[in-house]
Amino acid sequence: MIRIQDITKSYGKTQALKGVSLDVKKGELFGLIGPDGAGKTTLMRILMSLLLPDSGQATMNSYDVVKEYKKIRMQTGYMPGRFSLYQDLTVEENLEFFATVFGTSISENYDLIKDIYVQIEPFKKRRAGKLSGGMKQKLALSCAMIHKPEILILDDPTTGVDAVSRKEFWEMLMRLKAQGITILVSTPYMDEATLCDRIALIEKGNIFGVNTPQQLMENFPEDLWSVKTASSLYQTAKKLQNLPRLISVNSFGQCLHVVLLKGKVTKADIITFLEQQGETNIEIEQIQANIEDVFILTTEKKTNPVSL
Amino acid sequence: MDKAIVVKDMVKKFGDFVANDHLNFEVEQGEIFGFLGANGAGKTTAIRILCGLSKPTSGKLTVAGYDIYKETEQIKKHIGYMSQKFSLYEDLTINENIRFYGSIYGIPIKERKERTRNMLNRLELTEYANERIGSLPLGWKQKLAFSIAILHRPKIVFLDEPTGGVDPVTRRQFWNLIYEAAEKGITVFVTTHYMDEAEYCNRVSIMSEGKIVDLDTPQKLKEKYNVQNMDEVFLRIARGEN
Amino acid sequence: MKNIFITISRKVRSTRFGAFLYKEFLHILRDRRTLIILFGIPLAQLLLFGYALTNEVKNIKVAIADYSHDEMTKQLIQQINASSYFKITEIAHSPSEYNELLRSGRVKEIIVFEPNFSKNYVANGKANIQLLADASEPNTSQLIINYTNAIISSYSQSLSVLKNNPASINIKTRMLYNENMKESYNFVPGLFAMILMLISAMMTAITITREKETGTMEILLASPLKPLQIILGKVTPYFCLSIINAIVILVVGTQVFGVPVKGSLVLLMFEILLYIFLALSLGIMISSLVSSQMSAMAMSGFGLMMPTILLSGFIFPVKNMPIALQILSNVIPPRWFIEINRSIMLKGGTLDILWYQTLILMSLAALFLFISFKKFKIRLE
Repeated sequence: MIRIQDITKSYGKTQALKGVSLDVKKGELFGLIGPDGAGKTTLMRILMSLLLPDSGQATMNSYDVVKEYKKIRMQTGYMPGRFSLYQDLTVEENLEFFATVFGTSISENYDLIKDIYVQIEPFKKRRAGKLSGGMKQKLALSCAMIHKPEILILDDPTTGVDAVSRKEFWEMLMRLKAQGITILVSTPYMDEATLCDRIALIEKGNIFGVNTPQQLMENFPEDLWSVKTASSLYQTAKKLQNLPRLISVNSFGQCLHVVLLKGKVTKADIITFLEQQGETNIEIEQIQANIEDVFILTTEKKTNPVSL
Repeated sequence: MDKAIVVKDMVKKFGDFVANDHLNFEVEQGEIFGFLGANGAGKTTAIRILCGLSKPTSGKLTVAGYDIYKETEQIKKHIGYMSQKFSLYEDLTINENIRFYGSIYGIPIKERKERTRNMLNRLELTEYANERIGSLPLGWKQKLAFSIAILHRPKIVFLDEPTGGVDPVTRRQFWNLIYEAAEKGITVFVTTHYMDEAEYCNRVSIMSEGKIVDLDTPQKLKEKYNVQNMDEVFLRIARGEN
Repeated sequence: MKNIFITISRKVRSTRFGAFLYKEFLHILRDRRTLIILFGIPLAQLLLFGYALTNEVKNIKVAIADYSHDEMTKQLIQQINASSYFKITEIAHSPSEYNELLRSGRVKEIIVFEPNFSKNYVANGKANIQLLADASEPNTSQLIINYTNAIISSYSQSLSVLKNNPASINIKTRMLYNENMKESYNFVPGLFAMILMLISAMMTAITITREKETGTMEILLASPLKPLQIILGKVTPYFCLSIINAIVILVVGTQVFGVPVKGSLVLLMFEILLYIFLALSLGIMISSLVSSQMSAMAMSGFGLMMPTILLSGFIFPVKNMPIALQILSNVIPPRWFIEINRSIMLKGGTLDILWYQTLILMSLAALFLFISFKKFKIRLE
């Protein structure tokens, strides 16, 4: 459905995309996972033909993004990273405007957006600028969906949105996917990756690890231990930095994730080390990596700072 | 020593709308205090009041030992503030930004130079001192913004979603900086949407619809709601109220 | 009736362009403050300029030099003195006194009757009056002359009706200290040029850049809307607002301040529409060159308003400017518009005199429009 081949794009000296290739299948919920500045927005704007690539090709629904952009704009729903609706228009006026612009009406496609729109319909006379973050996202999604697009491109839809609204937003995406819509969504929140069918990790203009989230986590090449002690994470992490064969120590909520070279260090080794350092109440278990572990390991190979 | 922040029965109304409904809490000196809540729960309103940018409708508040009604000027001198949206001037260099903030907080020039050197060393940014902020990666900007926010050695630093959109490695480096600041005795008051970061706080308050629904250490909160992590605590509280 | 209106408005709004227009009007109507400025500024400026003038034209001190001393000159002097505009404070006996009287500011005008005034009137059917005025304050002196003219001609008319006599009084006007008085301004044409430029160009530039700034332009570009539709949709509401403003200025100018429209009103309206169109295309051009509301404001503020005020002949007559500025003023649209406007309103100018200026305005409009379409991006870079 979406095919990206070797796209590059530079702004002056900075290379935003360094030869990116990607395929998204029809009906897939595909996640582009990476921090701000990784190149997500640039890639999405190229797909929406809002930017021209320096080199490479991309097609959406087999239309070329450069030559056939008019067709693409009719068939695609797009939600830019910033909240981009008219703040001085009401919820209903915004929706009506976008419906008409795309040559349709709210009633014609009401079924499609019903699930989302009913949640904000009680506020339809309220100006969009006065909505809370979560409600704005719902309105923006409704507006992007109103013309029944075949493809949805969502640029960081959950940034700045609280955990509850984020969860609700993803539930809505799942339902849209069930209706056969192809969705390409980007997010800096690693925990959202597991909700996608497939993901690509993106950092500094490079894409790596295109796979299902499950596979990516299972393919974690090193040993990963979860460690917790009586003293603070910060203190424990400092001590662990002297552990032989250590790749990295990172805090994950209430415990530390310790990455060690595969098969070289045993649980007993770590416990002994920590006890020598005077730690007590040591809780340790080998765990499966999550997407954030994968991301950190892959990006750290280049920079390699050992951090809390 | 006094408490860093004391809030008693704080109410803030905008017309009929009650943004902060009788908030009560205290923050200890050197504590990392997580201030959580859904969008629109009233966090921003409360932070503005604590920073002396707006007055509460009623209630008794002291920040860094100063009265919020009478001593706003003193408060502003003794706090630092940083947010995701506004941090530094993009068109000025690192050095120019530091010089600017140093001078508005009245840091003596010699002292400022000394602190700047240490800070840039710590952040490994010395060679970029004359680069414009706009050309730096987001993660660097945020670390730099935080370091500048505490350059004048404030008693309290307010961080409003400081790590939004920052990559996981830098996010953790950022929290390293927070810990270092707390070890030096600076009280850290932080909001975030990353629930794993809530675990790094000494204590956490969770707001919903203008009220503080719960306030405790992450450990106790998890025990109380009988869940595995802060994410679920947050969902319980925010959903339960809806 | 109301139902028909609702049906029509629904129909219009259900088209792509109609929806865009409707949205634009909502933006404008919801932004009360700007709306007040849009209509408040023109009125305020008009009244300010207008009253600054009319306040001066009360009890203006004039001198009389009567070399005839007959019945007719006595009657005329009496009528002038009786009007609330003038007060005769000095009598001059010889031309050598004129300069001193005006220069010292003791009087603003000297009315000179030729010797044998009524004799000439009866015998030759023609008598001469000379008006000397201090033109260092051009607006005031123009008004003084106009009022004096009015009094004299009404007297002359009453004579000719009374005596069924085709004779006339011939008035010769001389402006001292600013001989180019005919180039100096009457404020209404100048205000026209300024206000229409302000609303049309500045507001258009700001409204388009606002969409860039809020990020909504990104969505519009990613939609099936065509660039032409976006531009027209942005411009049309301001076109309407500008027309309303033009009518307000015209009505207040003619009704309150008595500015004449000697030429064809149709031609005047046509030229106004052309000028509005030109200003709008300038606004679009600016918006395609800058990306923030701030720079749009600065560019239209300094780039348009200052030349409009200073180089167009609004305040300083073009002919009095240094050569370099005179050349520069050729590419300043308000200069041509003010010329056209003055000619139509004050001299009854017609298209066969004004075709040249009109053509210049048209070509400038076409040029600006061409540049903006070339520059308007269907993409973000």
